[in-house]
Amino acid sequence: MFRYVINRFFHMVISLFVLISATFFLMKAIPGDPFTAEKKIPEQILQRLYAQYNLDKPVFEQYGIYLKNILQGDLGISMKMLNQDVSHIIGQTFSASLKLGVVAIIVAILVGITLGMLAALHHRKLIDNVAMVLAVLGIAVPSFVVASLLQYLLAYHWKIFPVMGFNGPMNYFLPVMALTASPIAVIARLTRSSMLEVLHADYIKTAKAKGLSWGSIVFRHVLRNGIMPVVTYVGPMTANIITGSVVIEQIFGIGGIGKQFVQAINTRDYPIIMGITIFYGVILMVARFLTDVAYVAIDPRIKLTQRKED
Amino acid sequence: MAESNKVIAQLKPEDFRKVGIDEKDAEVIQRESLSAWQDAWQRLRQNKMAMTAMIIMILIVIMAIVAPHLVPYTYDSNDLMSTNKPPSSDHWFGTDDFGRDVFVRTWMGARISLIVGLAAALIDLIIGIIYGGIMGFFGGRIDTVMNKFSEILYSIPYLLVVIMLLVVLEPSLGTIILALTITGWINMSWIVRGEIMQLKNREFILASRSMGAGWKRLLFRHLLPNAMGPIIVTVTLSVPSAIFSEAFLSFLGLGVQAPVASLGSMISDSLTGWMYYPWRMLAPAIVISLTMLSFNIFGDGLRDALDPKLKK
Repeated sequence: MFRYVINRFFHMVISLFVLISATFFLMKAIPGDPFTAEKKIPEQILQRLYAQYNLDKPVFEQYGIYLKNILQGDLGISMKMLNQDVSHIIGQTFSASLKLGVVAIIVAILVGITLGMLAALHHRKLIDNVAMVLAVLGIAVPSFVVASLLQYLLAYHWKIFPVMGFNGPMNYFLPVMALTASPIAVIARLTRSSMLEVLHADYIKTAKAKGLSWGSIVFRHVLRNGIMPVVTYVGPMTANIITGSVVIEQIFGIGGIGKQFVQAINTRDYPIIMGITIFYGVILMVARFLTDVAYVAIDPRIKLTQRKED
Repeated sequence: MAESNKVIAQLKPEDFRKVGIDEKDAEVIQRESLSAWQDAWQRLRQNKMAMTAMIIMILIVIMAIVAPHLVPYTYDSNDLMSTNKPPSSDHWFGTDDFGRDVFVRTWMGARISLIVGLAAALIDLIIGIIYGGIMGFFGGRIDTVMNKFSEILYSIPYLLVVIMLLVVLEPSLGTIILALTITGWINMSWIVRGEIMQLKNREFILASRSMGAGWKRLLFRHLLPNAMGPIIVTVTLSVPSAIFSEAFLSFLGLGVQAPVASLGSMISDSLTGWMYYPWRMLAPAIVISLTMLSFNIFGDGLRDALDPKLKK
C-alpha cells in the first residue's frame, strides 16, 4: 500500500513536470515577446525591460528561473492587463469556480448514484428504461447545447431561473444542471451495471436468507459494494467538470477561472494561458492521485493483486 | 395410471421396430456455417437500437456529402439583405448574421466535424496498433518502459495539451487533427496491448510458433485479427469524442476558422443572439447531438454483438 502511494505520487510529480516544461517551451516557440508592440520601444528601454524580466538570459537559465518561480507560486505577470499578477488573477476568480465545481460534484454523485440505484433495483422496468435513455442523452448531448437549451426554456421562456449572473442560490441551478448532465449519466450507468452484478452475488442471497430487511440489504450490502466503480470515476469527473465549466461560465456569465481562460485565449495573453493551464493541471493530477489512492484504500480486494504488479 | 398400464400390457413384440443409428445423420450440417463476423452481424441485426443508430449514422454521412449541392448557396455566400431570417422555402434552416444559409452551413459543418472525428480516430488507430502491438507482443522491459511513458503522457489532462498546442500552432483542420491525436492514441494502444497480452499465451499461438511462424506472421495473421473486436468498438466510440473535443475547441475560438464552419463553431457563433434567432443554433445542435448519439449507441451495440460473453 505504502509503496503504491509513493509510486503514484512520483508519477504525479513527473507528469506535472512534463506539463510545466511543455508549456514553457511551447510558449518560447511563439515568435515575438511581451514587448513586441506596434509602437516602437527605444532600444535602451527594451534592454532594461529584458533584464528586469530575465529575458536576456539563455533559454535554459530562463527555464530554471521559471521552475523556481512556479514552486514559489509565482506564475508571472499578465501581458494584457497591466501589472496584474497571474497568481493574483487566478486567486480572484477561483472562488466562483470552486463554489460551482464543488456543488456540481456533490450533485453529480448524489443524483447519479440514486438514478443508477433506482434503475438497477427496477431492472428492465419503466424507471430503468427512462434512466438509461437519460443517461445516453446526457453522454451524447454536448454540455453547451444542454446549457443553451436550459437557458432558453427555464430562464428566458418560463422565467423560473435567472438567465445570467452568479449572485444568489437561484443562480446555481442552471449551470449545475448543465455541468452535471454528463457526469450524472456516467455515474448512473456505472452504478447500475455494478449493482446489477452485486445483486446476483451469493452474499446477497445469504443476506436475504438471513431475513435482513430490504433497506438493510440495499444500503449495507448492495450499495456499498456497488459504488466501487464510481470511486474510480471521481478523477475523470473532476476533469470533465473543470473543462465543462470553461464553457458554462462563459454562457452563464460567471466570473470564474474558466471565463478568464477563454478571454486569455482570445486575446492571446500567454502568461495567463500558461498559468491557468498549470493550475488546472495541478488540480486534475492531484484529483487523479487521490482517486487512485482512495480506490486501493477502500477496496480490500485490490491490494493483493496490485502488489503483484508493482 | 391403471389405464396406461393396461395399454402397456397389451403391447406385443411385433409392435416394436428397430430404429438403429444412422451415423451419417450426426454429420449433417443443419445450419449454414458462419464466420465469427457473420455471427456478430446476425446478433447486431437483432439489436433494434443499434440498427436505428446505424441508419441515422449513414443518413448523416450521406447528407454531409450530398446536402450542400441541393441548394443554390455555398457555405460562405452571404446576402446582407437577408440576415437572421427564420426558416422559409428559400432558406430551409434560415440564415445567420451574415445572411449565409444555415442549411448548407450545417451540413458543411457536419462534413468538417465528421472529417475531424474520422481522421482523428484513424490516426489514433494506426499509432495505437503499432505502439500497443509492440508493448503487448514483446513484453518485458520494452513493455515496462513504453507503458510508463504512455502513462505519464496520459496523466497530463487531454484537453489542456490540445489547447496549449492550438494556442501555439495556428488552428486549421490539419493542426486540430494533430492536436487531438497527440495523446489521443494512448487509450487505443492500451486496448491493443491488453488484447495481445491475453491472446499471445493461447494454444493457437503456441501451435503457430511451433510451426516456425515469425513475429510478423504471428502479429498480423493471428494476434491482430483476433483482437479486432475491441479495436473496432474503441474506434467507433472515439469518433464522437473527437467530434465533441473539436466542438469544445471551437467554443474557445480554437476550432476551424471562419468562414469555414464546423458544428461546434456554428453553435458557439449562434450563442450571442440565440434567444432571438433560435434556428441558428437548433439545426447544428440537433445534428451534432444525433451524430454523437448514433455513434455511441452503435458502438455499444457493436460491443455487445462482437463479445456476446459480456452481455448478461
